[in-house]
Amino acid sequence: MSQDVMKHPGLNLGPAHGSDDDAAQGMIFGFWVFLMSDAILFGMVFATYVTSLSTHALAGGPGPHDLYNIKSVFIETLLLLASSFTFGMASLALKYKHGKARLVGWMLVTLVLGLGFLGFELHDIFGMFAKGGVPSRSGFLSAFFDLVPLHGLHVTAGCVWLICLVGQIARYGLDTKTKLGIMRLALFWHFLDIIWIAIFTVVYLGGLA
Amino acid sequence: MSIVADSGGPFLGRLSLHSLPFWDMLQHPTMSNIINGIIATGAASLVVIGALVVIALLTKYKLWRPLWSDWVTSTDHKKIGIMYIVIALVMLTRALIEAVLMRAQQAVGLHGGFLSPDHFAQLFSTHGTIMIFFMAMPFLTGVINYVMPMQIGARDVSFPVLNSISLGLTAAGAALVMVSLVIGKFSTGGWFGYPPYTEATFSPGVGPDYWIWALSLAGLASTLTGINFAVTIYKERAPGMKLMRMPLFTWTALCTAILMIFAMPPLTVATSQLALDRYLGFHYFTNALGGNMMNFANLFWLFGHPEVYILILPAFGVYSEVIATFSGKALFGYRSLVMATMAIAILSFTVWLHHFFTMGQNANINAVFGIASMLIGIPTGVKIYDWMLTMFRGRVRFTTPMVYSIGFILLFVLGGMSGILLANPTIDYQVHNTVFLVAHFHNVAVPGVLFGMLTAYHFWFPKAFGFRLNERWGIISALCWIFGFMGAFFPLYALGIMGLPRRTVAYAQARYVPLEWVAFLGALLLLAALLALLWQLWISIRDRDANRVFVGDPWDGRSLEWSNSAPPPEYNFAVIPSVQGRDAFTMAKENHSAYERPDTYKDIELPKNSAMGLVIAALGFALAFGLVWHIWWLVIAALLAVIASMIVRGFARDTTRLVSAQEVRREHHRWIDAVAAATAVSRANECKTVNVGLAQHQANGVVP
Ligand code: HEM
Ligand SMILES: [Cu+2]
Repeated sequence: MSQDVMKHPGLNLGPAHGSDDDAAQGMIFGFWVFLMSDAILFGMVFATYVTSLSTHALAGGPGPHDLYNIKSVFIETLLLLASSFTFGMASLALKYKHGKARLVGWMLVTLVLGLGFLGFELHDIFGMFAKGGVPSRSGFLSAFFDLVPLHGLHVTAGCVWLICLVGQIARYGLDTKTKLGIMRLALFWHFLDIIWIAIFTVVYLGGLA
Repeated sequence: MSIVADSGGPFLGRLSLHSLPFWDMLQHPTMSNIINGIIATGAASLVVIGALVVIALLTKYKLWRPLWSDWVTSTDHKKIGIMYIVIALVMLTRALIEAVLMRAQQAVGLHGGFLSPDHFAQLFSTHGTIMIFFMAMPFLTGVINYVMPMQIGARDVSFPVLNSISLGLTAAGAALVMVSLVIGKFSTGGWFGYPPYTEATFSPGVGPDYWIWALSLAGLASTLTGINFAVTIYKERAPGMKLMRMPLFTWTALCTAILMIFAMPPLTVATSQLALDRYLGFHYFTNALGGNMMNFANLFWLFGHPEVYILILPAFGVYSEVIATFSGKALFGYRSLVMATMAIAILSFTVWLHHFFTMGQNANINAVFGIASMLIGIPTGVKIYDWMLTMFRGRVRFTTPMVYSIGFILLFVLGGMSGILLANPTIDYQVHNTVFLVAHFHNVAVPGVLFGMLTAYHFWFPKAFGFRLNERWGIISALCWIFGFMGAFFPLYALGIMGLPRRTVAYAQARYVPLEWVAFLGALLLLAALLALLWQLWISIRDRDANRVFVGDPWDGRSLEWSNSAPPPEYNFAVIPSVQGRDAFTMAKENHSAYERPDTYKDIELPKNSAMGLVIAALGFALAFGLVWHIWWLVIAALLAVIASMIVRGFARDTTRLVSAQEVRREHHRWIDAVAAATAVSRANECKTVNVGLAQHQANGVVP
């Protein structure tokens, strides 16, 4: 119905997908707008974190140097970056019709990497708990536990969504709705990657510098 | 018995007999407890009786099935819009009654009065919360929902099921606030719920929790609505509907939608952090262990200031449409109005700090934010002049919407002026936290937002229901609103300068008393205005057959929503209009292409009904209620059910249905036949029964 010739930003399905490509325009544009709103959400939580690095907010409790484990965080970063790459491969498999098997294969690799990320993150968090770094200890720790687990929660939601999409592919094949679902999840996944890079830089590198 | 009274145990969480509004009164029958208990119980009974009456009526007239299939599961933007407005009117009634109670208390508040401080605090907290989140927001969301898709020549919004889910979330939030009247107590922390007062240390009860979860539901709903509206305006416009051809109301809807997208997340963060403090012992805003309440103030007003523009911009859009239509002229300065709207939307993110000039930041920061705040006066002033110049040399008809609009222009200027005063930090220091501020923001909220929404209601009601509202009672009601407003709030400017703090339950200065009484009488006039409004609705429904406007264009409308029948078919347009210029419908009338019979019709695809909105409403309510009362099994069950329902919805296919071309043709021809049979009425007769929805078109100022 729209007369716009402008395509949505990001990887388009392309004319080879016929009406699915048209259906994608409004839906994917809408999802970009949602991500914009989500980015503000993260922005506010970042702001809370940054303003909570003062001695007042630390309240005599443990700080970044006592709690962060850069080795494990670095592994998390690698896992998440790799998962973005594998999701990229899945998107290409979707666009160029490389077949369901390859598409689902890349998606499952992404899932494994995402779960690996979550595993390491949980391990980190319990490590912090063990050292007395619990959220109720100080304003600083409260802010930390708003930001990092919020990202983790998003990744968890992404994983659940991914499993559902694989289920939908199994049930319906690559119909319009699954295609659009995969495209949206792809954006979501890369978005979380970008947020993570900000977290890695601001929270961990900044905190330990 | 005492065990039951004290705690509900694991099954009912914090729920117990203490949660009932008359329990205190029975346990400790002091005079004050009895009066407050009777008022609270009365209010609770009204809620319960109201609900029972609605259930009884639905059953008596066998309306459950239509309610289900035509309304609550509908994904039609028009139905959803109407349901939003119904919520808004119900909540307006409650919040206005609370306002009158507050004014009554203060009128007799010299050394006492009849309300306890706690009860008074609940009243201003619920009044403020409801007026903003459950009156103004649903009202404007409803109006935009109803009007905007038709103005751009679309069949629906981009995401109809999401639209229904947003409605469900809003309804759940409103229901939560209503339930707080019956079970437990609402917050006493005001509409912005500042910690540390609202932290568990100082407010251990359920009040702030009710506030937090009601706002969370409403905030999420508005975020989703904003996305939906913005995408609709960007993606669903009819061919030829370029951005600079959109009606001004659609422009304001776009700016409001963008503000919702950006301004709601800070609210979500503020309320969720407060919840974490209260539920899990975090320290975002506590006094101890490194909390910092200034973060809350910043987050809340980073939402709060844009929020007031979310509220006012659609009202500006409504006035623009109404003034142009009832002056019989194209809107003066369309381009400048668009620019001004955009400018306001952007500036609205740069002024939040004026809500806490007195909280200790340095004077330079205050100066910067003070100047930024004053700057908003410029685009707003531009608009006022544009509206006046639209009327200038127009043929103005004093219909009800026009009476509201003129009342708005006169009064809003005053509210804006007192805003400019307050934007000056040095002056703000003097009147901060007095009722001068209360007078200021009501001076923009009532003539601006509330009148704007009532104007919209009168303007588009005939379109939505197919008959006109009674004009006489409309004018009576409008005048009551206008003069009632003056009576209720002008005295507060003076009282504020005399030093009366806001949120005061009782005072010791006898010199406040006379003006307090004036304000109380003004509030009574406002109550009369509401009653007149409801009476008008009643007699209009009674006389509906004499006032039908099926043809659909009762007052020579200019934009596309007037170019179909009243009420419109569910797909809005039998054929998607092709837009030639600004004021698309006026142009079509001008070159005689309105009311054409196309040669061919096509099947129209529409979304099927969906129970998702209702499911999310029920689960969202259960989740919030469980959280308020610490009923953990309910929280977990509701949360799992929400996730499950979303997954199930993901697996749904076959979500659209077709309206056949024959059916479209039949309906369209029935309407065009009615158009052909109708005689166009002159402007002098547009409020009389001869008006069947066809106004004589008078050319004036078409912009190609
Ligand atoms: C229509 C007639 C109205 C009347 C008579 C009225 C009356 C009042 C009164 C008496 C108060 C308490 C003032 C105090 O603190 O001393 C109040 C507060 C407030 N009102 Fe209204 N009001 C009306 C409409 C509105 C509307 C339309 C809105 C918003 C759209 C609104 C928003 C508020 C807010 C936000 C507060 C502050 C609550 C707080 O202190 O936290 N009111 N109003
Ligand atoms: Cu403000």
